[in-house]
Order: sequence, then structure tokens, then C-alpha cells
Amino acid sequence: MNVIIATVLVLVMLVSAIAALVFKDLLNAVIALSVVSLIAAVIFYLLQAPDVAMAEAAIGAALVTAIFIIAIRRTKRFEE
Amino acid sequence: MRKIIAIVLLAVIVMGISLAVREIPFGKTDTKVGEYYLNEGKEETGAANIVTSVVVNYRGFDTLGEIAVLFTAAIGLGAVFGSRKKKKDAEEVEKSSLIVYTGCRFLFPVILLVGAYIFIHGHLTPGGGFQGGAVVASAFLLMYLTCRGKRIRDKSNKVVESLGGLIFVGIGLVGLIIGKGFLFNFLPKGEFLTLFSGGIIPIIYIAIGFKVGAELTGVLDNIIEESK
Amino acid sequence: MNFLSQYIYYIGAFGLFFIGLYTMLTKKNLIKVIIGLDILDTGVFLFLIAIGYSSGGTAPIFSKSVTETGNMVDPVPQALVLTGIVIGVSVLALALALAIRLYEHYGTLNLRKIKEQRW
Repeated sequence: MNVIIATVLVLVMLVSAIAALVFKDLLNAVIALSVVSLIAAVIFYLLQAPDVAMAEAAIGAALVTAIFIIAIRRTKRFEE
Repeated sequence: MRKIIAIVLLAVIVMGISLAVREIPFGKTDTKVGEYYLNEGKEETGAANIVTSVVVNYRGFDTLGEIAVLFTAAIGLGAVFGSRKKKKDAEEVEKSSLIVYTGCRFLFPVILLVGAYIFIHGHLTPGGGFQGGAVVASAFLLMYLTCRGKRIRDKSNKVVESLGGLIFVGIGLVGLIIGKGFLFNFLPKGEFLTLFSGGIIPIIYIAIGFKVGAELTGVLDNIIEESK
Repeated sequence: MNFLSQYIYYIGAFGLFFIGLYTMLTKKNLIKVIIGLDILDTGVFLFLIAIGYSSGGTAPIFSKSVTETGNMVDPVPQALVLTGIVIGVSVLALALALAIRLYEHYGTLNLRKIKEQRW
């Protein structure tokens, strides 16, 4: 049962990382990046590390996404 | 052409790593340092969270280096953006609606309280200075997103950040002055599982919480530029 | 199933590592390269935590119900990853600030065009 949950989570994480690579609209790529961070936080919790899960969720899913969106707003939105 | 070279290079690295990872067994750890920290950590430090006692007490010098890196990045960001004149007069910013504004005013102290709880109880429950500081910075991010037109005061932010770093280094120097070593745990250990236990660990984590929160808020304040 | 249960976390960690490295090598937009840097960081942290896991272990925190070290996971890789996450976010913030300044100076974020311009 544990193995099935872990396999599903890792598959969704890898598909989302490939999506962050492929999208041409940079805003969509940043949202895919924040999905990768969130699923990584859940996997950290499954590997019995609650401190690291809390740090990755607070920093990777909230602050990094906000800084990326502000930087995209001050430059171009679409990749050439 | 560049893509073909990249794929060939990555295929070679994939072969090498998959041959090496096959030797690492998953689920069996035989490290002696981790066992020592687990067995002796309860009596030597008095903190209930072993990861906290490793980060602050046994490897406290690495935490000092990490805070120095964070400080350098915040200063570098201020230097990159600082050579333009900050517009002191407020331009015409579109005000947000009443529901969003009231929601922000209710949520802001609650989020600050949750962040402060996380870094004060860092030695008893999972959490600590860095996690609590990130939650405090997201409270200020909420304020920037909803109550537009308000900025934080630069001077108070820098004073709080510098005080946090000074308290950390000062407590380390007190251990050196006594004669036992930098960052030595000189306060009494206290009773296990209460708030005042663990020696200097709660004081250091409170200082780190204030410093990281003020630093990340300063980074956000530098990178936002108000426009219509 | 046995192969999966042994190696699934390593496959996830190294998959992220290679996707991040491929993005950094072949993409032209500067912000895509910085996104690849973040994906690579997350892959490395996942690998470090997966090494320190021991089967049937529990989190290394004492409480009223867990009062002796029966079978706890290794606490040292968790301390290393905690430091790594904070340093990763500070490098990212500084890289994005420099990218914004590059855009204001050159007018484009395409790496081929920036490299071709002469002084």
C-alpha cells in the first residue's frame, strides 16, 4: 500500500516537472514548479522528516512562486 | 545539434549513476554519527527535537555560515536595485475591494502568531527558526498583495534583522568568554519537555526566526515595484 | 513490485535531477534556466533524505509517548537538507534580480541574442 502511494506521487511529480520544461507561457511553467515543490513536501513527510517537509512547503511553495511571478511581471511573459 | 549532445551526455551519466546506486541499500542505515546523536542527545542538550539539537548545538557553526550566506544574498539584492530613486510620492494605485481589505486585516495578525509559535517551540515540536521565519514573511506577502499602497518601513526592518544576527553571535561569544568554546551551551538544561529547556537553544532559534523573517520581507520589498 | 519498492525514491530523485539538468543545458530563455536550477535542487534534496531512511523507522522527535530511541531515522541528513533549502532560495532570489537588470539593459532575455552583442 505504501509502495502504491509512493509510485503515484513520484509519477505525478515527474510529469509536472516535464510540464514545467515544455510550457511556453512562463506563468504556467511557474505553477508547475510549485506543484513539484508541494509533492516533494509530501514525499518528505512520507520519509519521516517533518522538519524538512515544513521548510519545503513554506519556502518552496509560497515564497519562491511569489518571487518568480514578480520577476516575470517585470520582464517578458512569453518565451520566444 | 545542442540537443543531441545534451542527450548523449545525459545518457552516459544515467548509465554511471544507475550502476552506482544499485549498491546503496534502501532502508538500512549503519552510520555511527547518527546513532551517537540519537543516544546521547537527550541528556547532553535537553531538547526533545533531535534535528534541532543537531542544527543548533552540535553543528551550530554551520548554521552561522548559512545565516551569513542569506545575509549576503539580501545585501546583494539591495545593491542591485538600490541605484534608482525610490519614488516617495504615492502614485495612483487602484484600491482593493472592501471584502479583500477586511480579510487581510483579520488574517495578518493570526498568521504572524502562527509563525511566532512555530519558532518559539522549535525544540519541542517539528519546526524551528527557518520555518517560522518563512511563515512570517508570507504574512507580509499577504499584506503586499491585498492592502496595496502600504509599504513597510525600511529602517525598522533593518534594525530587527541586525539585532537578530547580533544576538546569535553575542551568545556564542559569551561561551568563548567563559572559557569553554564558541557556542557552548552554558544555561541550565531544565526539565525535559517543557518550554524552558535545552539551554541556549530556544534563545538562538528566536533570534534566527526574527532575522530570517525580516530578511525575506526585505527581499520582497526590494523586488516589488508599484505600478498601475 | 520488489524492484519498485526498493528503488522508487531513487528513480524519482534522479529523474528530477536529469530533467533539471536538461532544462539548464538546452533552453534559451533565462527564466527557464532558473526554473531548471530549482528543479535540480529539489532532486538532490530528495536523494539525501531517501538515503537516511531506515525501514519501519519513525521521526527523530521525543514526546510523551516516544521516550526512548527504538528505531529512529538518521537525523544528520535532515539537518543538511534544512541548510540547503535556505541557501537554494537565496541563490534563486539573487539570480532573478540579476535577470531583471539584464532585461532592462538589453531589452531581451534570449541568451543567443545577448551573447552575440558586442561591447
